[in-house]
Amino acid sequence: MGDGKEIIRVEELRREFIVGGEKVKALRGVSFSIREGEFVTIMGTSGSGKSTLLNILGCLDTPTSGDYLLDGTSVRSMSKNQRAVTRNRKIGFVFQNYNLLPKTTAVENVELPLLYNPSVGARERRERAVEALKAVGLGSRLNHKSNQMSGGQQQRVAIARALVNDPVIILADEATGNLDTRTSFSILTLFQELHARGRTIIFVTHNPELAQYSSRNIVLRDGKVVADTRNASPASAREAYEALPADND
Amino acid sequence: MNLLNLLKIALKALNNNKLRCFLTMLGIIIGVASVITMLAIGQGSKNSIKEQISEMGSNMIMIHPGHMQRGGVRQSSDDMRSLEVADYEALATLPGVAAISPSVNSGGQLVNGNNNYPSTIYGITPDYLDIRKLKVKDGAMFSDHDIKSAAKVCVLGKTVVDNLFPNGDDPVGRVIRFGKIPLTVIGVLESKGTNSMGMDQDDVVLAPYTTVMKRILAIDYIQGIFASAVDEEQTDQTIDAITSMLRERHKIKPDAEDDFDIRSQQELSEMMNSTSDMMTVLLACIAGISLLVGGIGIMNIMYVSVTERTREIGLRMSIGARGIDILSQFLIEAVIISVSGGVIGIILGCLASWLVNLLAHWPVFIQAYSVVLSFAVCTITGVFFGWYPAKKAANLDPIEAIRYE
Repeated sequence: MGDGKEIIRVEELRREFIVGGEKVKALRGVSFSIREGEFVTIMGTSGSGKSTLLNILGCLDTPTSGDYLLDGTSVRSMSKNQRAVTRNRKIGFVFQNYNLLPKTTAVENVELPLLYNPSVGARERRERAVEALKAVGLGSRLNHKSNQMSGGQQQRVAIARALVNDPVIILADEATGNLDTRTSFSILTLFQELHARGRTIIFVTHNPELAQYSSRNIVLRDGKVVADTRNASPASAREAYEALPADND
Repeated sequence: MNLLNLLKIALKALNNNKLRCFLTMLGIIIGVASVITMLAIGQGSKNSIKEQISEMGSNMIMIHPGHMQRGGVRQSSDDMRSLEVADYEALATLPGVAAISPSVNSGGQLVNGNNNYPSTIYGITPDYLDIRKLKVKDGAMFSDHDIKSAAKVCVLGKTVVDNLFPNGDDPVGRVIRFGKIPLTVIGVLESKGTNSMGMDQDDVVLAPYTTVMKRILAIDYIQGIFASAVDEEQTDQTIDAITSMLRERHKIKPDAEDDFDIRSQQELSEMMNSTSDMMTVLLACIAGISLLVGGIGIMNIMYVSVTERTREIGLRMSIGARGIDILSQFLIEAVIISVSGGVIGIILGCLASWLVNLLAHWPVFIQAYSVVLSFAVCTITGVFFGWYPAKKAANLDPIEAIRYE
């Protein structure tokens, strides 16, 4: 899996916060690179620095020192607005609590990132949103409002929203954290399908069980990478899903 | 990020909170509606005062012989004989003068058969009707020919008619006597009632000034001149022109006092205007305060909205909204609230003004400027009071905002 184009490269990434007059080192020199087509899980307990790393990888935050190259460009030197544009064009976020706009239809939620991209017209925006929703298996629920959908469906909408701008990387932050086991596996299956279609995915989680479903697992502890293992034959989330007792309630 | 998309986003957000949006708007609606209504009432009363004054002849100019010292003794103006028919004829050529009439009058007893009535006969020209805003109801005004021939004709006011013809006979064509002079009644004036000073404006007899001068008073000077300026604004200029012409004609030295006295209705009119202006300002202040309160309402709601939608803002930022996009969105939301509130307020204000006119019979007048003004003010209110919350939203840290509970 190491043959694709290099999408992410972090070198000696450090991030310090001042909390209550004390210096807290969240990241203490993290280095790795991720190539196109990888499905990486970043694992760690709370306080390991994984959220900080995710924020930096998502261009929401900048490191105190060290360099971060996203798709060949250094993020460190970018202005706030440039980072916003980068998030809009190159990154797709999936959050634990979905973060859909309330009282808004699925297709409008998915259109949202494209609304902030002036080069996409209204018609193309709609077409791409519909296409993304079809890709996550919600082609029949385009006009359902977010509060009329189940958690799994909402997360699918959120994934479609992450896909719609055709990002170089999808960043999932505990994307299955709020879902029951069954729905978690169906969402994981979706991620594996997207991976199979060539998407690059970073999945941040504290759940060690999920490592077996990705192609690579990076483990963080106390702001440092303690393990970086590749998984040549990831387990199939679909099989795990089908092995679960059917939900007959 | 183009404006159309921003507009769409803002409209969508407002649509999700219709009731709150409407309640916020209510402040602006009431504010604008009251501004419009108050200004309409203010302007309406101003207009009606103006109308009343102009009924009396707002651009009327009165010229009387002035006081003059003769050997240290101040003389009564009645004794002055400084105004002549020639003065009147010369002033008539001035461009700012719309109408002009000499004036001579004499009190006396009017007699018609068994009835008699004391009144005043005014010797004037037909221009006098224009100057005093009088109208001939029955019959006709005398003509310039009547003036030249000093014809024994007259036009009566309603009070005079009522007293001389108590049976309701048609006075036109009848011959009455003023003292010993027989006069043929050729017209009756439309009633004007009493003026603001309580004087009966219908207690008059009009006759050619030549008739009064030659046949009644036997004088060769005139007692006064009534004129009217082309319009109210030109009254002052016209007064100046009249002054300089009369000084020249009367050969008055530059440092000497005028031997005539000019007065106009303007002073009265200005005084009344300033009263109603003050009222308008007062009303507008009250209305302005309610608009301000409406604006603060917008600010308050936008603040709550920013806090409530912190996660949404965080999400928008994380999917690529720049600070300026967030700022614009909230600003546009505030402006949409205030502008649509303004439009509704304007409609409501017009409606309320109409109702005031209909129910309370107060004169109202909606001016274009008050509509434009309140519209502009509420747009500015939206931007002004929307700015701070919008700025707050734009400055949120996306990392914290997205995890905000």
